[in-house]
Amino acid sequence: MNMMSEAATEKAVNAPADEPVIKMRGKDVCVFYGPKQALYDVNLNIRENTVTALIGPSGCGKSTFLRSLNRMNDTIDICRVTGDITLDGEDIYDPSIDVVELRARVGMVFQKPNPFPKSIYENVVYGPRIHGLVRNKADMDEVVEKSLVRAGLFNEVKDRLHEPGTGLSGGQQQRLCIARAIAVSPEVILMDEPCSALDPIATATVEELIHELRENYTIVIVTHSMQQAARVSQRTAMFHLGVLVEEGDTDKIFTNPDDPRTQDYITGRFG
Amino acid sequence: MSEPHTVTAYDDELRWLSRRLSEMGGIAEGMVADSLTALINADTGLAQRVISEDLLLDQGEREIYEKAVLVIAKRQPMASDLREIIGSIRIASDLERVGDLGKNIAKRVISIHTMPQPKKLVRGLEHLSELALTQLKEVLDAFSSHSSEQANSIRERDEEIDAIYTSLFRELLTYMMEDPRNISACTHLLFCAKNIERIGDHATNIAETVFYVATGQQMSVDRPKDDESASVVADPVK
Repeated sequence: MNMMSEAATEKAVNAPADEPVIKMRGKDVCVFYGPKQALYDVNLNIRENTVTALIGPSGCGKSTFLRSLNRMNDTIDICRVTGDITLDGEDIYDPSIDVVELRARVGMVFQKPNPFPKSIYENVVYGPRIHGLVRNKADMDEVVEKSLVRAGLFNEVKDRLHEPGTGLSGGQQQRLCIARAIAVSPEVILMDEPCSALDPIATATVEELIHELRENYTIVIVTHSMQQAARVSQRTAMFHLGVLVEEGDTDKIFTNPDDPRTQDYITGRFG
Repeated sequence: MSEPHTVTAYDDELRWLSRRLSEMGGIAEGMVADSLTALINADTGLAQRVISEDLLLDQGEREIYEKAVLVIAKRQPMASDLREIIGSIRIASDLERVGDLGKNIAKRVISIHTMPQPKKLVRGLEHLSELALTQLKEVLDAFSSHSSEQANSIRERDEEIDAIYTSLFRELLTYMMEDPRNISACTHLLFCAKNIERIGDHATNIAETVFYVATGQQMSVDRPKDDESASVVADPVK
């Protein structure tokens, strides 16, 4: 007993200060759509306060993996997930887990900006309100301003908070969706090709935002743009035919990947 | 190169770079060989030709540089492609320097062709240049075949060039001390020897680039010994 606690103390002391903290852990994750298997034994750790990019050709399973991180796949009847996915060590597929609460902790931003047909203000405050995070007008004003500031949108919309969110430009709408996602103070933000419907300038704004959000959030992003993955992420995971091919530091993956499939994919040689 | 790219024009562009680089390599090799022939035969006509050929290498370097920048802008290359393109730029500039060194030897041929030259020394230079040229040839082969092993052995062999250069350096000093009338020619020959030794260094640089292009790793930092002529001094005349 004594020895064990001593060993534990020693371990804690010896642990390097920059040892990455694992926010989410996927272990032997398999996903099936009916009889068809979409993911095969994926083992992937998501580091805290890190941007992890999931790359790979269409149909490789990267979005499927992303969606399994906040149980978005639950909405598909025929979808079945096996293996373990944990958030801070807690199994997110445990029957006792409240899925609504899980999705507040693990938020999501989609490919096409999808603001509610309501005002900018209502778009942001909707989540905090249903999760009971705000009690009065002052709370709401605060969360709206804070989220819009964090999403880099506040200055552009502060004079028209009560106008419809759908009236904004594409890039602004996507940042509104990011503001909506962060309004409920999530710990992890999942982004499924967040810039594919945006022009280069709006893309750059969102990328800059991702860079800033990383300080406070853990981000997992699916992207078809190699350059975007190389620019915004610190870790990259490459999927192919439902298998996690390779995972590592982004700097390494894009200059000298280990797996020939990664090499072929990122250099544009996939048949 | 492994599989072809989905965009075939991309492959064409990479092939263009590699072909242009081989051409530059051929010209650089020819210039160095010709400059030595010109030196041995005191052939000023050939020396003139070497001097005029340098333009071709300058042009080649510029073209490769511009094309490489364009390919980067258009294709946003990754991994081995990116390493290859950056490698092309570096190798082109090494080859351009090799051409400059050959040209410099040719200029010296014109200056010293009327002076008597110690035959033995000129032969020593010839041997040195053969080694340097072999290195250059092999390193260009290594580049086109992406062979990291070959690149490694080239770097190892640079030691030999350095050793011969150091011994030539001593010999030239001895000649100069024997008869001050040798000083002018010997000084020029000394620079020729130094130029050839530098050509060997450029071959080594290229080998290091080839190794990086092929493996994505840098060669180990402990390079074989440098030439030791920096520490050679003439014994005082008694």
